[in-house]
Amino acid sequence: MTEPVLSVRDLRVWYGTDRGPVRAVDGVTFDVRPGETLGLVGESGCGKSTLGRGVLGLTPAAAAVDGEVVLRSPGGAGRNLVGLPAKEIQRLRGPELGLIFQEPMTRLNPLMRISQHFEEALRAHEKGLSKQEIRTRALDALRGMGIPESRYRSYPHEFSGGMRQRIMIALALVLRPAFIVADEPTTALDVLVEAQIIKILADLRKNFDTSLVLITHNLGIVAEACDRVAVMYAGHIVEQGDAREVFANPQHPYTRELLRSTISLSTTGLHFIPGSPPDLVEPPQGCRFHPRCPVAMRGCATVEPPEVVLPTGVVSACWQQAIEVEPSLVDELGPDGREPLAAVKEISVADEA
Amino acid sequence: MATTTLPTGPIEPTVSAAASRFGGLRRIVSAIREARGVPKFMLWTGAAISALFVITAVFAPLIAPYSFDTYRSGGHNFPKQGSPDGTHWFGTTVQSLDVLSRTIYGARTALEVMVLAVIFSLILGVLLGLLAGYFGGWLDRILVLVMDALFAFPYLLLAIVAGFVFSGISGGGVVTAALSITVVYIPQYFRVVRASALSAREATFVEAARAMGAKPSVVIRKYLFGNVIQSVPVITTMNAADAIGTLAGLGFLGLGIQPTEAAEWGYDLDRAIDDVNAGMWWTCLYPGLAMVIAILGFTLLGEGLNDVLNPTMRRRRISKVLLPAHTRRRTVTAPALPDVPEGEAAK
Amino acid sequence: MLTKPDIEPSGEGAAAEVGEPLVEATGLEVHFGLRGGLLGRFSGKAAGAVRAVDGIDLTLRKGEVLGLVGESGSGKTTLGRTLIGLTKATAGSISYRGQDITELGERGLRPLRRRLQMVFQDPHASLNPAMDIRTAVGHPLRIHNLVADDQEYEARVVDALERVGLTPPERYLGKFPGDLSGGQKQRAVLARAIIAEPELLVADEPISMLDMSVRAKILQLMLDLKRDLDLTYVYVTHDLASAKFFCDSIAIMYLGRIVEYGPTAQVFANPQHPYTEALLAAIPEPDPERALPRELPRGEIPDAARPPMGCAFHPRCPVAVAACGWEARDLRTLLENRWLELAPEAAAREKSLFADVESLAAESLSTVAIAPGRGHTPEDVLEYLRHLREEASEAEPREPFWRGVVTMHAENGRAVVEFAPPRDPRLSLIQATGVQVACHLREPVASTTGT
Repeated sequence: MTEPVLSVRDLRVWYGTDRGPVRAVDGVTFDVRPGETLGLVGESGCGKSTLGRGVLGLTPAAAAVDGEVVLRSPGGAGRNLVGLPAKEIQRLRGPELGLIFQEPMTRLNPLMRISQHFEEALRAHEKGLSKQEIRTRALDALRGMGIPESRYRSYPHEFSGGMRQRIMIALALVLRPAFIVADEPTTALDVLVEAQIIKILADLRKNFDTSLVLITHNLGIVAEACDRVAVMYAGHIVEQGDAREVFANPQHPYTRELLRSTISLSTTGLHFIPGSPPDLVEPPQGCRFHPRCPVAMRGCATVEPPEVVLPTGVVSACWQQAIEVEPSLVDELGPDGREPLAAVKEISVADEA
Repeated sequence: MATTTLPTGPIEPTVSAAASRFGGLRRIVSAIREARGVPKFMLWTGAAISALFVITAVFAPLIAPYSFDTYRSGGHNFPKQGSPDGTHWFGTTVQSLDVLSRTIYGARTALEVMVLAVIFSLILGVLLGLLAGYFGGWLDRILVLVMDALFAFPYLLLAIVAGFVFSGISGGGVVTAALSITVVYIPQYFRVVRASALSAREATFVEAARAMGAKPSVVIRKYLFGNVIQSVPVITTMNAADAIGTLAGLGFLGLGIQPTEAAEWGYDLDRAIDDVNAGMWWTCLYPGLAMVIAILGFTLLGEGLNDVLNPTMRRRRISKVLLPAHTRRRTVTAPALPDVPEGEAAK
Repeated sequence: MLTKPDIEPSGEGAAAEVGEPLVEATGLEVHFGLRGGLLGRFSGKAAGAVRAVDGIDLTLRKGEVLGLVGESGSGKTTLGRTLIGLTKATAGSISYRGQDITELGERGLRPLRRRLQMVFQDPHASLNPAMDIRTAVGHPLRIHNLVADDQEYEARVVDALERVGLTPPERYLGKFPGDLSGGQKQRAVLARAIIAEPELLVADEPISMLDMSVRAKILQLMLDLKRDLDLTYVYVTHDLASAKFFCDSIAIMYLGRIVEYGPTAQVFANPQHPYTEALLAAIPEPDPERALPRELPRGEIPDAARPPMGCAFHPRCPVAVAACGWEARDLRTLLENRWLELAPEAAAREKSLFADVESLAAESLSTVAIAPGRGHTPEDVLEYLRHLREEASEAEPREPFWRGVVTMHAENGRAVVEFAPPRDPRLSLIQATGVQVACHLREPVASTTGT
């Protein structure tokens, strides 16, 4: 198997607040291989965006970060981005790390032509390019996104939302990064345009050898565009593995509930997960999902579940699988630890997101 | 075509209307509580000085040894232009008036004028701003034109003109002075309130109110007012400081309050000009100092409020996070066997 | 948790059929003058008017849930707002209980507002931040003078809060919107909407701004409210998946017009309009096994101020025919898309055949005279275009553009391209399913009159 472009090990990103640290990302481990798309899903407030930013070294000054984010350039040795000075990371951003934001309208300077955006991006990271080279590179990238040459000197406001998002992608791609984080790239877009952008993202891994972390709350998009999926809940990755496998046979109760509560064309009954993701200042003891989990056991409320590597390669952090795989672990749950947890039903609108 | 016989009389809410109308103030209070650093210092220093000023003004008859127009006591006339001593701490003026008493009573006058001016301009400015901002159209055009014209005048000149006009109507008292100053400030409130009313008018909740069937007067009172009023406290304190200066300016020019009506710092300063040449420093120092301190107090208060309330100036406090040692999760690996139906086991 | 086993949307649909018509719109138009103010109105529709709603007929029956579905810019929100008199119609009529509400002024509408309510997309913005929940939710009662005293007021507010699931109500009465989560705010908005006992509720994307874990809950709540309070809904959305579940009948809108309108089950089972098909195909399914590669319509929804001729969807339609309204602009799009795929040098060579491609961008040109580039003759241009046509006839999928070209010939040193005369597709009823569709491909063969 090829070496991963990005290896994240035990990454933690905590924010300081008046009430105490918010454990937005709390010990996350995953790999992204060349040309692979990893979908990062979960409800709002589970730390998806923070993780995306943490990987790119874009966390605010008030955040404490530890763990490892190792980025390997093709053929080169890996380097840990955590603890790297801001200037160093800034230099890597663009040629090695790319970011596609949620709202393309706000990320393009309204006073600059599209051409100027490209000139600025290329000049900042690849010194010594001639004007002609810049133009060729930019037009190549734009053409890949279906933007005709005649629009090269237009201003951002002359484009529709979908076009702007394509421009953002082209801007990220023009520096040929090995690795891109796309944070909810289609949230503000219409269905058809969303589908077009998803198609572009799905084609990325075929046409370029770009690896992508796609952050989204839309499971349909993950199914459509991702090779692998990581499900995030309350700062943890609770399940990750091959997208087909996870969707066909979800292991963690949270993944199952998430899939069931998605409204799709095949929806025949409404289903939802009671309550909302926990306050990450004081996350629940034991498994963080236990207060909302339909199959929680008493032991789940006290002991944190181990990560279970299943034969399919899927990793799930749930006691149900843990005791299945390693029956001796039952003792850790304590006496009557396997009894169903009754408290789950008592969640009201008061806790709703 | 708009004909209907259904009654749509006004409905006056009674329950907790006050609580909701001033709900916006709640945010102000919490913002003040969260203030730190320089803004906090400015805010509290300003508040302390302003409080001192207000107390002095309110309790002037109790604090001042004499009334502002007393020139004799116990059968003796006060000394003329007497230097500060045990009986007259701040000395006396050419009219044999006690400088200390006049300075203290001056605070009273300043407060009265200030409060009246701020209240008048607040009511008029906010009302006109709301109407112009909500209805727009011709009303807005005309009001903006008038207010801009008022703005174009140098403010002291405007106050002088207004002073002349009003003194013919209401005499040379506190109310006249307050009205002349009001004219200067109305445009400031108008501008700020109109701007925020314009943006609030586009808000969905205003449209929602319209969709509920609320009449414009109800929309303005219940939906715009509470949101627009939040920008007002800052201008109010700034205007308060300014009003003291303007009043003194009018008094200095002899256009403000008649000396028989009340003690006024500006007038006293005007009278003290000749004394300075004669080497008498006390008749001008104390009223001047009082004025400076009062203006400083309100200015600090206003600037402090502005720093605290203005979201663009506000900064979130950062607290440093110390990460505890990380305990990695255990990993359990399933034997690589097929047919593991654990997905079913959970159900 | 598990919900809605008892109510079937189709069952409700059946019930709705016997319902009396509540709102009927006929020939409804909402045109916004682009230049605003007097000038725009004097210069009329021809010069710079956005046809947000452009000739719509629909009937909303009591107890029905009607879905208005389309992309942004399709006019669905404007239509929803116009139906309850929040936006003024520029032509046509809306009859509500026998009364034409387009003729009423703001004052005349006010008493009706009690019966015609609206829920807005953004729950954060639709509550006054300076008003507590007690005052906000109960305000319609005050406005329409529906309660005698404070006790009754309090009781009604508490009842409304309980209905929307904000329990215990005492916990929420004194709170301000800033203290509530998105889902809770939308519940409060719903409480405010139902408190004055409305008949019709227009919900403009009520769940799209909410976290996905709450969406199903709010939809469920709306279904419960409808059942308990005998409501009629107009559900405005771009999300076909929720519309499929939620609506009895559905109107697919494109650029101010309805392109397909009928019972939800029929529309989804057998979409008639190519646009409906495209929308359905674009929804990502959370199942990788079924995530097939698919053809998406090209481009984006056009500017409503410069709508395409004929059927507005034809520039993106994979199966368009000659009469769909082909024009010069479509040729430009075709050329630009071709040049995008060519190598830059080849594209530049082909481009040099034309003096000015931008001149093709003008609207409503059914015949276009193309000036050849420097050093080229009109014959060169014609030969190039013929070559393109031949190439396209072999390509898969077929490029529908060439179906619309009637003749190409040289004239006065220019290459003239003539397109087939455009025809507006009209909504025509398909008897068997009760679906109306506006597409030339689905027009009844025998007659030209619709129904």
